[in-house]
Amino acid sequence: MIEIKNLHATVDGKEILKGIDLTIGPGEVHAIMGPNGSGKSTLSYVLAGRDGYEVTEGSVSFFGKDLLEMEPEERAAAGLFLAFQYPVEIPGVANTTFLKSALNAIRKKRGEPELDAMQFLKLVREKTKALSMTDEMLKRAVNVGFSGGEKKRNETLQMAVLQPKFAILDETDSGLDIDALKIVAEGVNALRSPERSMLVITHYQRLLDYIVPDHVHVLAFGKIQRSGGKELALELEKNGYAEFGVNEAA
Amino acid sequence: MAATTETVEQVRAVTEQKYKYGFTTDIESDVAPKGLNEDIVRFISAKKEEPEWLLEWRLKAFRAWLEMEEPRHWAKLSYPPIDFQDAHYYAAPKMKDRPKSLDEVDPELLKTYEKLGIPLREQEILAGVEGAEGKSPAIAVDAVFDSVSVATTFKAKLEEMGIIFCAISEAVHKCPELVQKYLGSVVPYTDNFYATLNCAVFTDGSFVYIPKGVRCPMELSTYFRINQANTGQFERTLIIADEGSYVSYLEGCTAPQRDENQLHAAVVELVALDDAQIKYSTVQNWYPGNADGVGGIYNFVTKRGACRGRNSKISWTQVETGSAITWKYPSCILQGDNSVGEFYSVAITNNFQQADTGTKMIHIGKNTRSTIVSKGISAGRAQQTYRGLVKILPKAEGARNHTQCDSLLIGDQCGAHTVPYIENRNRTARVEHEATTAKISEDQLFYCRQRGLSEEDAVSLIVNGFCKEVLKELPMEFAVEAQKLVGISLEGSVG
Amino acid sequence: MATTTLTKAPRGYDPAAATPFLEQFDRVRDGLPGGGLSWLNDLRAQGRARFAELGLPTVKNESWRYTNLRALDKLAFQPAAGTGEAVRFDVLPTVRADGATGPRLVFVDGRFRAELSSTAGLPAGVELLNLADALTRKPDLVAEHLGRIAAPDDQTLVALNTAFLADGPVLHVPRGVTVEETIELVFVSVGSEAQPTAFHPRGLIVAEADSRAVIVEHHVGLGSCTTLSNGVTEVFVGAGASVHHYKVQREHTDSFHLSHTAAKVAGKGVYDNFILTIGAKLSRNEVNSVLDGEEGDTHVSGAYMVRGGQHVDTTTFIDHAKPCCTSREVYKGVIDDQARAVFQGKIIVRPNAQKTDGYQQNRALLLSDTAEIDAKPELEIYADDVKCSHGATVGELDDDQLFYLRARGIDKDTARGLLIGAFLSEALEEIAEESVRDAFQSYVANWQNAR
Ligand SMILES: Nc1ncnc2c1ncn2[C@@H]1O[C@H](COP(=O)(O)OP(=O)(O)OP(=O)(O)O)[C@@H](O)[C@H]1O
Ligand SMILES: [Mg+2]
Repeated sequence: MIEIKNLHATVDGKEILKGIDLTIGPGEVHAIMGPNGSGKSTLSYVLAGRDGYEVTEGSVSFFGKDLLEMEPEERAAAGLFLAFQYPVEIPGVANTTFLKSALNAIRKKRGEPELDAMQFLKLVREKTKALSMTDEMLKRAVNVGFSGGEKKRNETLQMAVLQPKFAILDETDSGLDIDALKIVAEGVNALRSPERSMLVITHYQRLLDYIVPDHVHVLAFGKIQRSGGKELALELEKNGYAEFGVNEAA
Repeated sequence: MAATTETVEQVRAVTEQKYKYGFTTDIESDVAPKGLNEDIVRFISAKKEEPEWLLEWRLKAFRAWLEMEEPRHWAKLSYPPIDFQDAHYYAAPKMKDRPKSLDEVDPELLKTYEKLGIPLREQEILAGVEGAEGKSPAIAVDAVFDSVSVATTFKAKLEEMGIIFCAISEAVHKCPELVQKYLGSVVPYTDNFYATLNCAVFTDGSFVYIPKGVRCPMELSTYFRINQANTGQFERTLIIADEGSYVSYLEGCTAPQRDENQLHAAVVELVALDDAQIKYSTVQNWYPGNADGVGGIYNFVTKRGACRGRNSKISWTQVETGSAITWKYPSCILQGDNSVGEFYSVAITNNFQQADTGTKMIHIGKNTRSTIVSKGISAGRAQQTYRGLVKILPKAEGARNHTQCDSLLIGDQCGAHTVPYIENRNRTARVEHEATTAKISEDQLFYCRQRGLSEEDAVSLIVNGFCKEVLKELPMEFAVEAQKLVGISLEGSVG
Repeated sequence: MATTTLTKAPRGYDPAAATPFLEQFDRVRDGLPGGGLSWLNDLRAQGRARFAELGLPTVKNESWRYTNLRALDKLAFQPAAGTGEAVRFDVLPTVRADGATGPRLVFVDGRFRAELSSTAGLPAGVELLNLADALTRKPDLVAEHLGRIAAPDDQTLVALNTAFLADGPVLHVPRGVTVEETIELVFVSVGSEAQPTAFHPRGLIVAEADSRAVIVEHHVGLGSCTTLSNGVTEVFVGAGASVHHYKVQREHTDSFHLSHTAAKVAGKGVYDNFILTIGAKLSRNEVNSVLDGEEGDTHVSGAYMVRGGQHVDTTTFIDHAKPCCTSREVYKGVIDDQARAVFQGKIIVRPNAQKTDGYQQNRALLLSDTAEIDAKPELEIYADDVKCSHGATVGELDDDQLFYLRARGIDKDTARGLLIGAFLSEALEEIAEESVRDAFQSYVANWQNAR
């Protein structure tokens, strides 16, 4: 469903991604691990189409279409979802308003009927409950004053409502307490289906106990250095990234 | 729920067209010859069959105006000179007499109001109210077309409670003592160039009196519309809230799309006596001119409220999205001890619009409090200025003011300016002013777009969030409309 | 019908007020230094013409709405030529440790006093001298810079100063040179018993690329004669250079102190200005800082404390003319008795000055029932990718803090004193130079002790 070939990207003139090759098939869950600053978030931003990330080489095809040609909202409508490492605050805009606008914008682009207020509320309430979030959080402005963990839960809620075909979870586990981690993981697992794929970025093998990946990749120095099964995560947990030439102290 | 349905429909229509009020109505008008002189002032007064004292007052104002200079030097506005002789100072839809009921109103006129989405027909509203499960309060409407009030709804029902809500020209005959006592008592006829002009030539407007202890059960509302070409509109509104009373008043404005500029110079006076409260909300959507800055309304308005009584409160809420030029400073004179003044404002300028707007809070009484929240959004080549004065006089022990002014710029051709004046002459008073200017963050935009919103919708959403603090002060009926307006006003400002 | 008549004088000026000054000018003109320099004569003539046209500003002038100069009109100031020559000094103000010496220029009633001045301790190539001498010794340096950023056209008081300009400090720091020693400029007003006297000091500071200098101005008064100091200083901050410019004004309370400082900061340059105002009957400090190159930085801060019938006016103007610059402004003041303070601070961000970061904070405490503060912070912004904010608070001491101290057993007056001291100290924190901060702190303490 997504095929990344020899992807190079620069930020502010500095090359961060130096030739990424990655293919993810329908229903697959891939995990990316790698030291800080190795380019994991950069990859997710490039895929989502953020301004300022310049692709200098390579290609990405998404359901056979050229992903890099699309506007961010077109990518979203095509089914790409990014759970941000640092979710953004939008003062004054209620969470529900935001979600409803997003959902209906996507439905409209897909030629599906928009949901009215009642249908929407029903849907959101259901998902909120499943993630142990409160209605009060829905009324509050998007991410404003949310704790780190609450923000991550909010990202998961949005994913559950928007039902993407391909979700990138950028460190969605960081900042979550033990119970929340389980809840979020359950939420993610509930979305797993033969058509839906995921790219899970994480530093901790713990998350992968809950969301069991089909493949694990190590990203360092802007390249995928090694790929393997879920046992690779355990190995990294034990040995760190030293074998990839990463100085622990740095 | 006719009122609400209408509003919703109107909003839907609004979203489909840039300026949907740009039609003109083809009705016969009764128009005074162009120009301004004492004879015109007498003509207007005679048309209205006004008492002698009012004519005298108008003439005094006119003579004072002749001596005044147009205030062009301090506001941050630029526009070609206005030829005050090249306008009609009186235009009225032709009617045999004042209509006794709505059935006598020109059907063309009623159609106009229907197009505007104003729930004018009393029976419709009444029907709506009965079926409204008491949820949404009804709205009583006074409609002002060019210079005269053409219809006021709900009058009878209000009269039962002793509330007077009618055209000011009618009030002059109906309750002359009240009019004479309060007219010009907040904005004197010498106040400023435009207000003085208004005193001389005002043609109509709304009058409200809420008797002691009465809580007005519905929103009172006026819709202003400029239709006739080359007409200045000079309406005058006077609202008096007697001791312990409460009223919420809404004002909406539209004008047809014309290439030439039209002048609007209104005066609004509010008087709140002991323990009284007036909430005054405006959604101003006069024609702003086209994308090249041609045409549009010049809106020079003097709005002022006097908190005369102890514990009285006046709050102004405004959403200003229209007009080529806006010059407007709704103010509060906090005279009564413990009185409260509030000013909540959203102003949006796009294309070539210019706005110089803000408020004045004059603290005279003890423990008077004021709050100012101003949200300015500037896009295109627009220029916008917040200008405000907070003045604490020596006797205003314990006075408090808090001001928050935030500006948002969209695009690199526009300007946003903040000019607050703070004058404090009391040691125990505390005045706090904060202002910020920023642009919509790239992060917020990207976040929204990642979730599937188009750039334009994302901007509208973020800007609405930015204005939330003010929009939530609006009555329900207006809030929906205002939110849509925020989006529409910014169309074409991104991408 | 209102007709717009073309008025002769621009709105907000009183041209008649120029007359006494112009008469004096015509009398002293021939005696002014540098009379042989035609460019200088032209500049003076330009100043004279502009001042003749405008005269003094009135309260109808937006920039002068809170400060009335009518008192100047009544006093018929005479030029200060020759006054104060005989005065001897035991101690001159300094921020240096006891007994230490360093580079210093002293001016008495606007005229240079060589025997009190010294250029000891300056690195080679650095020029520190008075303007009258500079006109003969360094005419090119002066010609290149004088009147370039404080042009007589802009402001009537600058025009007045330009017409009369005779003497003042000149500093030139060559490229790449750091002046370690703090340079002190001492201005003493003495005046004359016979009549009010006026002088118009004119300063010039030129810091070439990548140089650095710290300058402290002291303005003090001797005796109690009425004087008017109408100073103008131009500061050129070269690319990557940094100029720290501090000033304390402690003139006696019969003096009038008007001052205009105009700085122009090139790319990556730093201009740091701090003014402490304690003295004068009426004072106005105008500080204009133009960020004229990318990544420039300016700090314009100060503190004032006034009592009796004093009037203090601070009017600042920060001009973000180029992208990626930062500005920071913190002003604090306390106002006692019938004194009155005015703060007008404007930040302008020009079109294309993207990535501007501007911050302004202005706080004032009123200590008496008859004190008054008028503030007008102002933002004028024409670029969209900017972050600008200003805040102003005026009022009394914080009740909660006062209560907290009293609850710990401190009596009310002591508690108030502590809080006022803390309030002002916070402003002094803006001074980067420790020796200067300490010296200024002691002036603040003295003022408080006298309460
Ligand atoms: N605007 C920028 N200018 C210069 N360098 C940047 C910019 N944005 C990101 N970088 C650099 O790109 C590199 C990759 O950053 P990225 O956020 O993709 O790392 P990451 O792998 O997600 O790290 P972490 O595990 O800490 O989240 C880092 O070295 C970062 O400093
Ligand atoms: Mg990351």
